[in-house]
Amino acid sequence: MAPKAQKQKSSDGNKKTKQRKTKQTLPDREETEPANMENIGHPEIYPLVLTTQTQEIFNCRIDEDVTDGKPYKLIKKEDILADFKNRAAVSDFYPVKKVIQEYPGDELLVVYDKDFRYGLNFYLIGTEEGKENYLNYPEVPEEHEEYKEYIPEDLYIYRPPISKPWVSLGSEKEIDEESVKESAKQITYMISRKRREFGTPIKFRDQNASSVKDAYIECTAYSDKNFIIKQLEKDVGMQVVPNVKDTSTQTKWTYPQNVAIQYYPREFSEEEKEIFGQSKPLINFLNNASISVEIALQQNEIMNTFIDDWKNLAEEEGTFEDKTDTHLKEYQSFTDLHNLAETMVTSVSWHPTIYGLIAVSVAVRLSFEDRVHFSGKLLLQPSLILFWSFSDPIHPQLMLESPDDIFCFKFCPSDPNIIAGGCINGQIVLWDITAHADRIENIKTGGSSSKKVTLKPMFLLEPDSNKEVMYIRHCAVSSIENGHKKVITDIHWLSDTFEINRMGSVFENRNGICCQLVTCSADCTICFWDIRPQKALTPQPVEKKKEESIEIPYDVPSTFLHLDLSWKPFTKIKLSKGETSLDHCPTRVSLSEDNFLYKTQDKVSAQSKAVKTGEIHPYQSLEGGFGNNLKPIEDFCTKFFVGTEEGEVIYTDWKMERDPDTGRMMAKKPVNLYTVHDGAVHTVQRSPFYKDIILTIGGWNLAIWKEGVTTGPLLQSCCAPKRYTAGHWSLTRPGVFYIGREDGYIDIWDLLEKTHEPSQSQNICITMITCIKPWTFSAKQQFIAIADYYGTLHILEIPWTLSHPSANEVSGTSHYFEREVKYLEYVEQRKKIREQEKKEMDLELEKKKSKTYQKSKEQMEAELRDEYDSYLELEKNTLIKLGLIRVPETMPFMDL
Amino acid sequence: MAEVEETLKRIQSHKGVVGTMVVNAEGIPIRTTLDNSTTVQYSGLLHQLTMKAKSTVRDIDPQNDLTFLRIRSKKHEIMVAPDKEYLLIVIQNPCE
Repeated sequence: MAPKAQKQKSSDGNKKTKQRKTKQTLPDREETEPANMENIGHPEIYPLVLTTQTQEIFNCRIDEDVTDGKPYKLIKKEDILADFKNRAAVSDFYPVKKVIQEYPGDELLVVYDKDFRYGLNFYLIGTEEGKENYLNYPEVPEEHEEYKEYIPEDLYIYRPPISKPWVSLGSEKEIDEESVKESAKQITYMISRKRREFGTPIKFRDQNASSVKDAYIECTAYSDKNFIIKQLEKDVGMQVVPNVKDTSTQTKWTYPQNVAIQYYPREFSEEEKEIFGQSKPLINFLNNASISVEIALQQNEIMNTFIDDWKNLAEEEGTFEDKTDTHLKEYQSFTDLHNLAETMVTSVSWHPTIYGLIAVSVAVRLSFEDRVHFSGKLLLQPSLILFWSFSDPIHPQLMLESPDDIFCFKFCPSDPNIIAGGCINGQIVLWDITAHADRIENIKTGGSSSKKVTLKPMFLLEPDSNKEVMYIRHCAVSSIENGHKKVITDIHWLSDTFEINRMGSVFENRNGICCQLVTCSADCTICFWDIRPQKALTPQPVEKKKEESIEIPYDVPSTFLHLDLSWKPFTKIKLSKGETSLDHCPTRVSLSEDNFLYKTQDKVSAQSKAVKTGEIHPYQSLEGGFGNNLKPIEDFCTKFFVGTEEGEVIYTDWKMERDPDTGRMMAKKPVNLYTVHDGAVHTVQRSPFYKDIILTIGGWNLAIWKEGVTTGPLLQSCCAPKRYTAGHWSLTRPGVFYIGREDGYIDIWDLLEKTHEPSQSQNICITMITCIKPWTFSAKQQFIAIADYYGTLHILEIPWTLSHPSANEVSGTSHYFEREVKYLEYVEQRKKIREQEKKEMDLELEKKKSKTYQKSKEQMEAELRDEYDSYLELEKNTLIKLGLIRVPETMPFMDL
Repeated sequence: MAEVEETLKRIQSHKGVVGTMVVNAEGIPIRTTLDNSTTVQYSGLLHQLTMKAKSTVRDIDPQNDLTFLRIRSKKHEIMVAPDKEYLLIVIQNPCE
């Protein structure tokens, strides 16, 4: 019989791996316990041999009743018992007789064991349960047997141990017996020292135990007889534990602590210093040390050894390397195409803050008679100030209306939305364009929609102009009766650092904004105006007037409503020429501190910031009155320069003085008067670099003055071939200024290069240039606006060479001026010396003349005497010869 | 006393001299023409620098000694004349 490799039976409980069956017990015919397959785990299987005879009896013949498909047969128990009776021991069922007899059920299952799995060709299932199992599961093993065939028989498949519930086998009792438990609760004693002794060192002392009763209890040791037994057995329990060690350290906690140390230097007191001063060693030391120190000092004085000569040279060349071009380049030009009349540009002004915005005042190009002739027509055409922007050369951004042609205008330095202009009829016009400020600020964004209503469009705009032009009406004009009578030739805002009162005294300006203007006009007066409301005026008549005549359009700001039509200057200075009735006719005025416009725009930006933060616009809330608690500024130079129509430059004072005769306030007489120009002076301008250098241009020449030098101009040019009609200092180069001629040429003068003629000349347009204004936008971009007689405004770009000063230009120019001043002084001195010399020469001549006269007189006397003597001799001799006189016989002793 | 003042005045009157001071061996100013805080600052710093320079020179060659120290900066030139017990410090603006 082949040893059986027990195959797994799935499902059921019989999932053990089975060992190989070694032995197989043969069925025993004795009446012993029937051999079953208990040793392989199947106690209900009883192998049997069923002979063919038995098979026929029970109808379980192999391959007929019992086939592979149905290898089992249910045999009735009664049949088997009958068989026992029939054949007794011969019956094949005999070995399992007992099982059969004990079998509870009726039918027994006999299975044909084809493969001799259990050793014999049949086997009996001895239990009902087994029968059931067998009957119910033969379907399954057939499937599984297919799987089983693929599994090789030798493979040991590892199955990890699966946890099973712990079955107590009595070990916990042993552990309990062996373990040591506390039977009674431990008593704890805590001994601590007194709190105040915490931390103090411990002090031990000795005590004799026997001295005090009951100080200790003794358990004396004695040998107990009971415990002599030797221990033979010892119960030791061991446990394996990992080696664990506990250690700890404590670190010192460092925490930051602020510590400050204050110290002061050691110093000697005065007495100690005195003592030192007396000490000999110090004297000796100083004597020795001062020698070497003085050598060193002198070395430095002689020459600066650390000057880099190359560096000093290199800077000059740098300018040429960058751009060799010295020409002004055309950038843009603006012409008002809508205007039907022929206009000329009278004044140009760049907007102080906005890039690319320039304002131009235009006037009609007519002579006086023509103006009178066409005055009716002129009234219909409003005079304008146009705002041009670089982004739009055709349409002006804003148009400011005025009652009459404007000849000069200025932006207010503290608020560029306020513009003051002087008209041809002597009125001052004020505009407030605060409402349109954003419109002009955002020009570059292109095509901002205009939401405002246009007022009275007079001109026919081009039908496809997508941008409506804004006409802005003026918000205040000055009073016609009290202001100027003739054209206003110049207008300036006074600096916001001071203000003037009626007497001409200077006070500090608390407002921080420009609130005063100065104008000069052809009626020979210079007026000072204040834009704040004046308390003296009664508002009612003004209002009445307003209601009667003019209705104010709704969108005109009311900033200067208090001034409208009632504005009059608080001071008027008449430039009289003394006894004659003719007066000086000022054309230009230049006050000190006038170049505030070129200073940083901090104030302007601060102003606009203030507006943005919601504060009240300072110009809306101007409070009137002056001189209330304002501090007068002393030592303020109240003198200023005036250029006149006749070509004179006057240096006069605006402070009034009392006229001794009439007792009225009168303007002082001019301090100085110079007649240098051949024509009307059209430019009186202070240099942006030097506060006391003034450029005046008029007629055919120009002059440079220094305030304080009264002998004359520092420089006076010779007559130019063409008349000069406009001029301006350069903003960045101290020795450069631009002059416009009447033939459309620009002369650029560079004082460090040539002082007798312009350094270069350039043609701009075909007609007379009326106004020149340069402006700096950035270090790289400088523009110059040139306006001509035909109404065109040319914007040109200033090249690098003209806009960037060389390294020493400021000092060079100032040296030049100093030299000129010295030259003038020298000239004066020489004049004096010359006079002296002349006097001396005259004296000498006189002396000479007188001397020769005297000399001849003496000579003549001598000669006469001689002659007389000789005549006497002659007479004597003649008489002797004639014998009339006897020769004196007495002869001198000498002869004898 | 007068001599000391006279010498210092003479030095101070040179062209471009900003200030003069005499300092003792510990860096405490004795005489000065500048204000107190500046003097104290200059004397303390320059005293240390002079000691360092002196020790440098002596380290390189023990027979050598520092006679004069000149510090040239962008704005000024500082001259220090050291001695065993005193220090003379002069600050000058060299001509442009």
